[in-house]
Amino acid sequence: MINQKIFFQGLRALSGVRSPAIPLAACFIALGALLRDAGFNLEQSVASSFFTYALPGQLVMAESFLIGASLINIFLAVWLVNFRLYPMTVSLFPLLKHKSQPKWKYYLSCHFLAISSWLIAKDGYKKIDKKYRIDYWMGIGMGTWSTAVLTTFFGYLIADFLNKDMLIGLAIVNPVYFFCMIVGSMKTLRIIIAVGGGVILGPVFYLFSAEWSILLAGLTAGTIAFLFGEKNGN
Amino acid sequence: MEINYSIFLVITVTSLATFLSRFLGALTSEQLNANSKIFHWFNCIAYSVLAALLSRLIIFPAGILSESDIFIRFLVLVICLTIFLFSKKNLVIPTILSAVILSFLSGIN
Repeated sequence: MINQKIFFQGLRALSGVRSPAIPLAACFIALGALLRDAGFNLEQSVASSFFTYALPGQLVMAESFLIGASLINIFLAVWLVNFRLYPMTVSLFPLLKHKSQPKWKYYLSCHFLAISSWLIAKDGYKKIDKKYRIDYWMGIGMGTWSTAVLTTFFGYLIADFLNKDMLIGLAIVNPVYFFCMIVGSMKTLRIIIAVGGGVILGPVFYLFSAEWSILLAGLTAGTIAFLFGEKNGN
Repeated sequence: MEINYSIFLVITVTSLATFLSRFLGALTSEQLNANSKIFHWFNCIAYSVLAALLSRLIIFPAGILSESDIFIRFLVLVICLTIFLFSKKNLVIPTILSAVILSFLSGIN
């Protein structure tokens, strides 16, 4: 049902010099500590990473919960902040498609979609036989997702030992990791423009609208990059 | 007991709101060919959205990171990117260093 050799090849993305385990651990340990501060118990904190597994959304959830926002407002705020997962899924899953593979694999494993797993899969999918790419993805996803869940648990337990400077240090690890990964993936002119444009427009649009800045900046810069690529054949 | 019940609901609502985008993404992907123009357009948008998010996280961070100095954050990013590019794209060293340098600089600042 699942090609185990390929699955473990994906799972092994967790080890080695490009491992996402350290940045994942850093941010989910910090999240575990933060959820404890917000009044969540251990089971609830772990359940949050288990079922949501999307850091920005979980942060919005904790903030909204603390200020007593309504469930509808929480839903909308989280949906907006995690909407990036839609274009990310659409720009990955067609690469993993194969007619011999059952659909449940795709609908189940889309839960593993996060920035780390997406960047790893984008980096490595070409090396895998098209027929088994979804198994490779499930391996990557299982590794990154379980790391997140386990380190949330760990972060909750060690919250008392983390001081403010340590938490600030943990908070930078994830953006630094993603920045390195995304710079490493800038191989075509189109992607270089897409990334460069996003880096510039993200903060600029933020000055006008905090909620919509990321999506609007992404849409604008991405479209410019796409049109430029179409025109120049790259 | 009431507070636990509401946390349970909050987690459920958050998870559904998040899964919705992933699910719709998987659904759209069924119709989409990896060689099509729409796919390439989505690909550019995905990279731009990520880049915009990361750039905002460094310049206008939310939460505890906002208590550090923007120049220090920028310095840490530049140091770590340089190490990454000059270490055959090793990610373990720059990520560990980023936490160490920022904790240290925030501590003495």
